[in-house]
Amino acid sequence: MSDVPSDLRYRESHEWVRLEDDGSVVVGISDHAQAALGDIVFVELPESGQSYTQGDACAVVESVKAASDIYAPISGEVIEFNPALEDDPSLVNSDPYGDGWLFSMTPSDPDEIDQLMDKKAYIESIDG
Amino acid sequence: MQRTPLYKAHLAAAGRMVDFSGWEMPINYGSQIEEHHQVRRDAGMFDVSHMTVVDVLGANTRTFLACLLANDISRLVEPGKALYSCMLNEQGGVIDDLIVYFLEDDRFRLVVNAATRDKDLAWLQRQAQGFSIEVLERRNLAMIAVQGPAARDKALGVLPAELSAAAAELAAFFATESGEWFVARTGYTGEDGFEITLPADAATELWQQLQDAGVKPCGLGARDTLRLEAGMNLYGQDMDESVSPLESALGWTVAMKDGRDFIGRPALEAQKNAGLQVRLVGLVLEDKGILRLGQTVTTADGSGITTSGGFSPTLERAIAFARIPVGSATECTVDVRGKQLKARIVKPPFARNGQACAGVL
Repeated sequence: MSDVPSDLRYRESHEWVRLEDDGSVVVGISDHAQAALGDIVFVELPESGQSYTQGDACAVVESVKAASDIYAPISGEVIEFNPALEDDPSLVNSDPYGDGWLFSMTPSDPDEIDQLMDKKAYIESIDG
Repeated sequence: MQRTPLYKAHLAAAGRMVDFSGWEMPINYGSQIEEHHQVRRDAGMFDVSHMTVVDVLGANTRTFLACLLANDISRLVEPGKALYSCMLNEQGGVIDDLIVYFLEDDRFRLVVNAATRDKDLAWLQRQAQGFSIEVLERRNLAMIAVQGPAARDKALGVLPAELSAAAAELAAFFATESGEWFVARTGYTGEDGFEITLPADAATELWQQLQDAGVKPCGLGARDTLRLEAGMNLYGQDMDESVSPLESALGWTVAMKDGRDFIGRPALEAQKNAGLQVRLVGLVLEDKGILRLGQTVTTADGSGITTSGGFSPTLERAIAFARIPVGSATECTVDVRGKQLKARIVKPPFARNGQACAGVL
């Protein structure tokens, strides 16, 4: 059974979003996603300042098996990407909700966050 | 889907099962990279029971194999000796690659790929006509590949005593047998080790004994990155019936110097006389990213395509095989998801015996 923290929101394409006190969000991929991908060996992340609409392909996670697109879970501008992943992409496997975060964003429409799935809905989506 | 005698052992070890040409096989049991390192640094084992074992029987077997195989069967002088060879069609295309073992004058063993079983058996039966030999597929056998620097020691400790004593004396690329048990000092990883063939009903016990001896189960994912690093072709990716061994970096396995008339020889001679157009090379990615099969390669000599690719755990960067135009190019670019990334052209292997090979880094 994969770990699904209750303080995060999820998109059906397995990204998670955490709303910070300053109104920014942190984005990563779920424990379920990292386990399905296998050992992650390369992460291509968006540059800061780039803007995306919800659902845009904005990053690539490459595992030993395949390359997978990561989609912007909400619309907004990228603040920064996780610099630690360049040297150690396996952080996404070992700590998908912590040190393995991908990038942070300034949301352009905070309502989109509320419309994402909560823990219960995401668990149902991956079990179904 | 077909299952090997070790299917339940894979489930018990939390193997992630995938469809591998009709067989339900473990791709990994956890981290594929850890399994890779386990084989380069210590000892790992693979269930390769899906592979096809074919015994060729009869007084004319040697004559038959001399005609069938591109490599020279007369190199097999001592009983137990193994030879890697391609089996070609009349156009010089590779029907399959295989290992042939000389057991007795009237008994040789072939180990061929699982994915090509049906066409291989049909081809063998067809070519065998007129040789009065028997082509006998061996069912109800299992095969466990135990690979790594510590693999032989650990395996010798759990093999039946008499067989273990004989296996301890094996030189590389030799095999010994005892009843239905067959131990060969061969492999597909670039490491020392054994490939053990045994009765299906004995497989689970040996697997468990090996595990207890510290040999860790490894999946087909690690097997693929190990063979790629070791510079070994995968049939169906790096070569198939549309290319010859000369176009697949397998010229060393084609014995043309003797006047032996093997299937595909005239086509290979014509190809040599006309001049080869393509070559299979290794690539080491200089930029950040991952190489995969099917990516377009651009060189000063023209463009080509990657036939296998992935992350090399030993080199900690992406490597690939690519089929490119013949020429002197030593660098190239590879189209990776729309970006042109720089790579160096090298001669495989990339890594063997636990180490990166000279010249690839």
